[in-house]
Amino acid sequence: MAVKKDLSINYLGVKCENPFFLSSSPVGSNYEMVKKAYEAGWGGVFYKTIGIFIADECSPRFDIVKKEGTPWLGFKNMEQISDKALDVNLENIFKLKRDYPDKVMVATIMGSSDEEWETLAKLVTDAGADLIECNFSCPQMTCSTMGSDVGTNAELVTQYSRAVSKATHLPVIAKMTPNVTNMEVPALAAILGGAKGISAINTVKSITNIDFENMTAMPVVNGKSSISGYSGAAIKPIALRFITNLAQHPEISKVELSGVGGIETWRDALEFILLGARNIQVTTAVMQYGYRIVEDMISGMSHFMDERGFKTIDEFVGLALPNVIPADDVDRDYKVVAAINDKKCIGCGRCYVSCFDGAHQAIDWNEKKRRPKVDNDKCVGCHLCLNVCPVVDCILPGEVIWKKDRKPHDVKLKKFYE
Amino acid sequence: MSKVIQKKYTEEAYAGYDARTAMEEAARCLLCEDAPCSKGCPAGTDPGKFIRSIRFRNVKGAAETIRENNILGGCCARVCPYDHLCEEACSRTSIDKPIHIGKLQRFAIEQEKAFDMKTLKAPAKAKAKVACIGSGPASLACAAKLAREGFKVTIFEELDKAGGVLTYGIPQSRLPQSVVDHDIKMVKNLGVKFVFGTKVGKDISIDDIKKLGFKAIFIGTGLWGSKKLDIKGKDLEGVTTAVEFLKNARIANGKFDPGKEVLVIGGGDVAMDCAATAKLLGAEKVTIVYRRTIEEAPANINEISYVQSMGISIVQNFAPAEILGDKKVTGMAFDGRDKFAGLKLKADTVVFAIGQSAEDMSAVTSAKLSEKGTIVANLEKGKTSASGLFAAGDIVNGGKTVVEAVAQGKAAADSIMTYLTKKEGVK
Repeated sequence: MAVKKDLSINYLGVKCENPFFLSSSPVGSNYEMVKKAYEAGWGGVFYKTIGIFIADECSPRFDIVKKEGTPWLGFKNMEQISDKALDVNLENIFKLKRDYPDKVMVATIMGSSDEEWETLAKLVTDAGADLIECNFSCPQMTCSTMGSDVGTNAELVTQYSRAVSKATHLPVIAKMTPNVTNMEVPALAAILGGAKGISAINTVKSITNIDFENMTAMPVVNGKSSISGYSGAAIKPIALRFITNLAQHPEISKVELSGVGGIETWRDALEFILLGARNIQVTTAVMQYGYRIVEDMISGMSHFMDERGFKTIDEFVGLALPNVIPADDVDRDYKVVAAINDKKCIGCGRCYVSCFDGAHQAIDWNEKKRRPKVDNDKCVGCHLCLNVCPVVDCILPGEVIWKKDRKPHDVKLKKFYE
Repeated sequence: MSKVIQKKYTEEAYAGYDARTAMEEAARCLLCEDAPCSKGCPAGTDPGKFIRSIRFRNVKGAAETIRENNILGGCCARVCPYDHLCEEACSRTSIDKPIHIGKLQRFAIEQEKAFDMKTLKAPAKAKAKVACIGSGPASLACAAKLAREGFKVTIFEELDKAGGVLTYGIPQSRLPQSVVDHDIKMVKNLGVKFVFGTKVGKDISIDDIKKLGFKAIFIGTGLWGSKKLDIKGKDLEGVTTAVEFLKNARIANGKFDPGKEVLVIGGGDVAMDCAATAKLLGAEKVTIVYRRTIEEAPANINEISYVQSMGISIVQNFAPAEILGDKKVTGMAFDGRDKFAGLKLKADTVVFAIGQSAEDMSAVTSAKLSEKGTIVANLEKGKTSASGLFAAGDIVNGGKTVVEAVAQGKAAADSIMTYLTKKEGVK
């Protein structure tokens, strides 16, 4: 029997069968799509952002970043909020909640004035949504009274969060833009306005590629293009950093966090959870691979819990947080020199090249034997070599060497690399 | 039902890469510090460098590297026995399997053609005249190198088209004529002149060539003499040799009847080419009979696998005893290597692919010949016993690979330059 664990969470008072949600985007735009996603196993959706404003989209509107043979390292989109009429979206929300009462429907909304935010909040509440997410963060809106320009303005964030919170009895979530230096500022502003949850991050303002044919950015729209949102695997490290900042903040940590940004696998999702997010949102990977990817999120997370003896997700929310510390608190008393396994070494010399050109010239290269050798005196233990070596377990952390005049003590090291 | 390969004679055996798949393969390359693959290429094509160029999105640079080092980069990409050369040296083999270097080389050269790149240039100022005899790999490599240094090179070719074994010996499925022509175009672009339909030793003599003002002469005529076993029935109608069989098939460009039941005798790449050609041209039954085992066969395992995947059987450990038939061949009898087994096979065509021999070179040159009739010359330098006369390729080494002929042709060009600088005072 396949391993199955209880992945349910209580997210802002709403029971979710699992933490895996679609984020507000094209992947949850209409009844048929959300129906298919629910049936594939997603715990809920953040419905494609609804506004009074109806988007007028350009074509084409996407681009990808590749590295070597790997496509979709990053993904750029120029799409705005829903291009459907408000009543159509409200009807979809109503029908989806009626037909799938156990799945969670989060209505993501965006207005451009207090009145619009209030109206939208009331309408989606009446339509039966479980939660409301305020989109303060879409970087490609065609007017500056909406989108990420709002998200960078703490006063507007408070003002609109308040307008929405007053207009509904539902818990309100504020979705943050990463196009800021300190996300704590807009997050606190949203909480001040009544938000009970924070989603982070929305897309990063970007130019993915320049097209040499038309001398503009990609995608090319009638010979021109514009800066717009970047998502996918490439932004996961940025998203994890912001989630950490939020989760480590004494005030912000009191509200629910939803992690978004580059999640493709159960491992990615787990990383966000370990840093304090209870809920997980995905779009780019679904655009690339389809709703079915949730199957391996559910199965993979179950296996992880089974292996580690966790009964519920709540048991490990934020587990890694205490171990992410300020740089000046990191133990700097020792170095772990690289240990090269001669039997595994295939003699490509990549460690030698990188150590010489990018580190401390601590690896000697025997041209005849085609073998590298670490000089422990010169090695600073940076582990650049370990990261460039193409062979599994060939270069691993070796001996711990204490710096002069530092007192040896017990240290925790990483032993296993993939 | 096994899915055997069924293709047309002129159809390529394998598809190449496109920009995406080439990048996927280049990304597998470990970009070794010392690039053992580059050391593994006799002609110095430098795969370590051109694969890195592909990886760093510089496919034109990749094509330049190949073309500058190996004038027959396109042909070598198709016919090189990589598994014994660059790919055998590949470090990635220790992890899983080597990089498909030949396919990446093919991709870069295809891009060169698509972009109509003109990498090689001859200097404006002309130096002395040099003649190359034969237009196969060794001659082309020698001529190209000399032309790049400013020498005025003329190639004398007996047949109507250039390329030698590339054009008349290797089936199109493995080496399309367009690939050969593209490589030769690079030689022509360097100002090398071709004189066709002129057999040296018959239509013109070496002395005549010297009188025309050629200061040095290179011989790269290859091995075009046919070998048949001296057994009963060898002169029956339907008995032929690999050289004739492949050449006729190439000239007819697929409009050639190989016979219904074809027997190929031999265990080298040429035997595999003959068998594949017969099958591709529509022979119903093709059988290769080899006197030893596949393990002992000189053929590249990829070529052996390819013919087997076409449904061709390879019978091992049987040596020809006699060819049966009255006027025309009807079959062939073989003796088992174990002195016990016997074998009789029906056939209307028998192809001997048991190696090529030199034509009578004494008619061409006064240079010293070996017992086998090949020209005696230093493999590293191409110097013959006659002054001003150089030779390389199959006619010297007795029949090796295209890439070795290229390497030796290049080396001979160096010797010719040294010779001309010293003896003739050419600057």
